[in-house]
Amino acid sequence: MHALRAVILFCGAACATLSAAQDPYASTYRAAEDPPTLVRHATVLTGDGERVDDGDVLIVDGKIAKIGRGLRAPSGAREIEAKGRWVTPGIIDVHSHLGVYPSPGVQGLDDGNEATSPSTANVWAEHSIWPDDPGFTAARQGGITSLQILPGSANLFGGRSVTLKNVAAITYQAMKFPGAPQGLKMACGENPKRVYGSTGKFPSTRMGNAAAMRAQWIEATEYIRDWNDYDSKKKAGKDDAKPPKRDLRLDTLAAVLKGDILVHNHCYRAEEMAFVLDMAREFGCRVSTFHHATEAYKVADLLAENNVCAAMWADWWGFKIESYDAIPENIAIVDRVKNGCAIVHSDSAEGIQHLNQEAAKVMARAKAIGWDIRPEHAIRWLTANPAKAIGIDGLTGSLAVGKMADVVVWNRNPFSSYALVDQVLIDGVVVFDRSKPRDQPVSDFLLGQPANDVRL
Amino acid sequence: MSAAKLKNILLVSWCVLGTAVTSGSFAQSVLIRNAMVHTAGSSGTLPDTDVLVQNGRIVAIGKDLKAPDNVRRLDARGRPLTPGLFAGLTQIGVVEIGLDAASGDESAGLGGMRPEFDLALAYNPDSMNVDVTRAGGVTFGLLTPSTASAAKGGSLIAGQAALFRLDGSDIALDAPRALVVEFGGDSVSLAGGSRAAQYMLLHQAFTEARTPAQLLSHDERLLTPTGRQLLGSFLKNKGLIVIDVDRAADIRGVLAFAEREGLRIAIRHGNEAWRVARELAAAKVPVIVDPFENLPGSFDEVGSTMENAARLARAGVQVLFSLSSPGTDRALVLRQAAGNAVARGLPWESALRAITREPAEVFGVGEHFGSIEIGKRADLVLWSADPLDVTSLPTDVWLDGRAIDLRNRQTELRDRYITRLKSFFR
Repeated sequence: MHALRAVILFCGAACATLSAAQDPYASTYRAAEDPPTLVRHATVLTGDGERVDDGDVLIVDGKIAKIGRGLRAPSGAREIEAKGRWVTPGIIDVHSHLGVYPSPGVQGLDDGNEATSPSTANVWAEHSIWPDDPGFTAARQGGITSLQILPGSANLFGGRSVTLKNVAAITYQAMKFPGAPQGLKMACGENPKRVYGSTGKFPSTRMGNAAAMRAQWIEATEYIRDWNDYDSKKKAGKDDAKPPKRDLRLDTLAAVLKGDILVHNHCYRAEEMAFVLDMAREFGCRVSTFHHATEAYKVADLLAENNVCAAMWADWWGFKIESYDAIPENIAIVDRVKNGCAIVHSDSAEGIQHLNQEAAKVMARAKAIGWDIRPEHAIRWLTANPAKAIGIDGLTGSLAVGKMADVVVWNRNPFSSYALVDQVLIDGVVVFDRSKPRDQPVSDFLLGQPANDVRL
Repeated sequence: MSAAKLKNILLVSWCVLGTAVTSGSFAQSVLIRNAMVHTAGSSGTLPDTDVLVQNGRIVAIGKDLKAPDNVRRLDARGRPLTPGLFAGLTQIGVVEIGLDAASGDESAGLGGMRPEFDLALAYNPDSMNVDVTRAGGVTFGLLTPSTASAAKGGSLIAGQAALFRLDGSDIALDAPRALVVEFGGDSVSLAGGSRAAQYMLLHQAFTEARTPAQLLSHDERLLTPTGRQLLGSFLKNKGLIVIDVDRAADIRGVLAFAEREGLRIAIRHGNEAWRVARELAAAKVPVIVDPFENLPGSFDEVGSTMENAARLARAGVQVLFSLSSPGTDRALVLRQAAGNAVARGLPWESALRAITREPAEVFGVGEHFGSIEIGKRADLVLWSADPLDVTSLPTDVWLDGRAIDLRNRQTELRDRYITRLKSFFR
């Protein structure tokens, strides 16, 4: 809850004049009215590190009302008998490009990266989202209830991210997670220097990357100062004070410096993460999460000390020199350090459908070196930890009383190749039921296509 | 001499050579006791069974086997034993770093059709990827070229793929080869912009190769003289052509084309193959499936479904698995994909065969490995648990009966940093 409260307080006081206190593209998402639901006799992983065997989960008004054994269903409640099945919080992917790099991957829908300048902090990923992407449905069938959509990584500053509820909708506003802070996508290393350097533009090296980023923060600092000067003059009654020219790029960077927007930094290598942490100190901002972070295991202590999460793949390696040192124990090592915040992320329309299996691979690797990681702990990598990284941990990410009833019912222990999602609830509403394939939302794109007479 | 005979002679000579290389210095003997033996052969799964390996070959499978005193014994305590797994169509050993062109040999943009491009010549058995991959229980693969883009001089014929084992040796000159052909929407730029022209160009190339004497000197040619010679003898010997194609209509078209031209083909990707299952079964054309594919990534694959493998198998189609990406890190994910196919209706035994025996058979080495049967080379993996479940890992891997050291660059990095971080652990 801390991150959210900070945003609200901060915007209420200081950023009213600089960044819009009210989102001009506000969420229109409203959960449907649904009867209370009682899920009974399940193995419940709460996301807070607890496991309740033969447990019941009671959902009332779209919120988690109670977790326990032998709960009574209120009158009119829907009951889900889950004996032999497992219940977890809804899965959250902190790194997705669904909707901005949708299926079909045709050029006309390729809207994930404004790769025309090293800093496009002015762009917002939400303005690229195609809500009809069939990938959202497939992800929902894999248990994804919330996801952060990020711009691509060609730029040092790629633009603002948006967090969505994974509900079928016609507009992105109707998917937008109410109250979720925005993120800023940043990128270290190979991608920015290759994309611009290969065309003879600045930057073409890592030192060029660093200089370009620092120059942007300096501009943003001056931008804040100019607005503060203007505010002071207004307060002093100087009605002829001229406001500085508003700049969308600097709006974003200033909001980061003020703590309203969280930094999500694509960064593979250990020494670059260390550099970014120093740079954040230099300019007074905070990094929420390093994404991909294939070398997080080398600096797991540094990340924990700085309260930074690392969002990682289970076993991707070698696709670029930045990922040459990736190891399949990366997540387990980051997790094992005191105060470590490990996240399993996808960055993939396929991988987002089985984040549970990706976590299971990490557990198997850990077990092979004598580390016994229990399911009730590992589920945090897919729920509570990404919720914290995105800044929605006060609202979802665990089955705590009062939180949003974002819940997945699995046909068995989810940490398996064979695990399938039986039901998905978002704010207490059943949005997927495997036993009713014909009730599933079909995207407009797939509707009436002769080749598509099947479930995903 | 018939084409089939010629092929057999080639295979035998390759395998004899392979054994000669290994039996002299490395091949070993081992008695694996009390395993859940998943043979991937006609015997299916045999619980509490022993497997005796001598001089690199499987010599006995049964209960309470006896072995000479000097043979190493290992009690599997009921854990699963499988044949070594298939890497899929992979670029292990020819691509060290995906995005770094200088460390990759996977394609040759030479400005024309070059069936004589033989990727095996670029293979590096000392790649770290070989060590990492076989430590994961993967012992053979099909080293598969990619086609270069049209702008970089690519063509519909990517070149020759080669069957290889991850035993740390070079790929033998006479290892089985397959010709890799691109087809469909993602390669229309290699045929002037239309898939209709793909048939035209392939027909022209095959005609050139079969009847080089008909060419007049001023004819425009697609192939070089060596290319014509190689492709001609490849077609004559019924070499396997792997065709990358997804759309149902294209698969029907390719089947008809193969029949007209007398080709022996396998379909690669085949995301909509389930819609053509009966025709594929009748034509006895195997399909190389990526079980994860379920999104309409293009207008060639609107009918993608994770039930593809199960539906094809039900119709009697020979199914084997490879992930779509030839990325070097994908080989270890193939057994996970096989498990996912099981979750979507494919019988477990079929899924195991799709990453063991079926690829061995389709790529021409099924008589020698790919299943646990007497006389076969002892490429074996003992698992901590169900190998198609992500909860498992190999505990022992053998190639020709030789126990493989499971340490590799990744385990070295792991151990170095765990040591460094010990005092920070919870």
